Amino acid sequence: MKATVTVMLKNGVLDPQGEAVRHALGSLGFDGVNGVRQGKVIELDLADGATEADVTAMCEKLLANTVIESYQVEMSQ
Amino acid sequence: MKAAVIVFPGSNCDRDLKVAFEAVGADVHMVWHKDTELPAGVDIVGVPGGFSFGDYLRCGAIAAQSPITGALKAHAERGGYAIGICNGFQVLTETGLLPGALLRNAGLKYICKVVRLKVETSQSVYTEGYNAGDLIDIPIAHHDGNYFADEATRARLADEDRIAFTYSDNPNGSCDDIAGILSENRRVLGMMPHPERAADVGHGGTDGAALFRALTGALTAA
Repeated sequence: MKATVTVMLKNGVLDPQGEAVRHALGSLGFDGVNGVRQGKVIELDLADGATEADVTAMCEKLLANTVIESYQVEMSQ
Repeated sequence: MKAAVIVFPGSNCDRDLKVAFEAVGADVHMVWHKDTELPAGVDIVGVPGGFSFGDYLRCGAIAAQSPITGALKAHAERGGYAIGICNGFQVLTETGLLPGALLRNAGLKYICKVVRLKVETSQSVYTEGYNAGDLIDIPIAHHDGNYFADEATRARLADEDRIAFTYSDNPNGSCDDIAGILSENRRVLGMMPHPERAADVGHGGTDGAALFRALTGALTAA
């Protein structure tokens, strides 16, 4: 059982790293990049029987800071 | 005054904070993060600066789950005093004892320099040694000191006079130039600048000393 958690800064929270990446792409000649948001992906290798609710609890308690971040959980075999 | 300073793996201002407390006569106990209780009769808990758990995941996030943090929360919830400096401020926001969060500096760089702060309120045991409006010079040393809170939270902080310090020349992109905030009961202070590094003439500045002096005065009298 695997879970993939994607954590992103919420819309409206300034992402200076994403902005720096956007500038760097522009200076490399990649035009038309209107915005870059940088987040993180956390892969969890879980015991059988783990549920999405378990992973959501992990996100709420530790993996994401919901003051500034949103998260998405994707479960797979 | 009896003080406890929590030590996490990666804390590096724990001793500085101990020295600053001791300089004003406090009896200081160092407490390892795996302990589950604070020493009996502790008046104030210091959460020091540093890089607890290597800043992994988010600054302060793992420290906020340490066993001692339960005791820290219980201490604060029963009206105990606590000061979090730099990484300690990050830990206090991650535990939910203070609102908001500390993001990566807007300029992306680690900044280590002396900055000028404005004391916004003298209405706390931490700031009563200053006058509101005083300008003080205190060092900062952080990569993630960019204070963020939503508009409603910031309005509430301002309305309730809970912004303790602001930057005169915002170095890191913090909302409303916020450098330090107080809890609702005004007994928990979180700040990114390091008053313990400006508390002795040997530091090159002593503008932080009044914070510790006021603290010991208030807590010893209480």
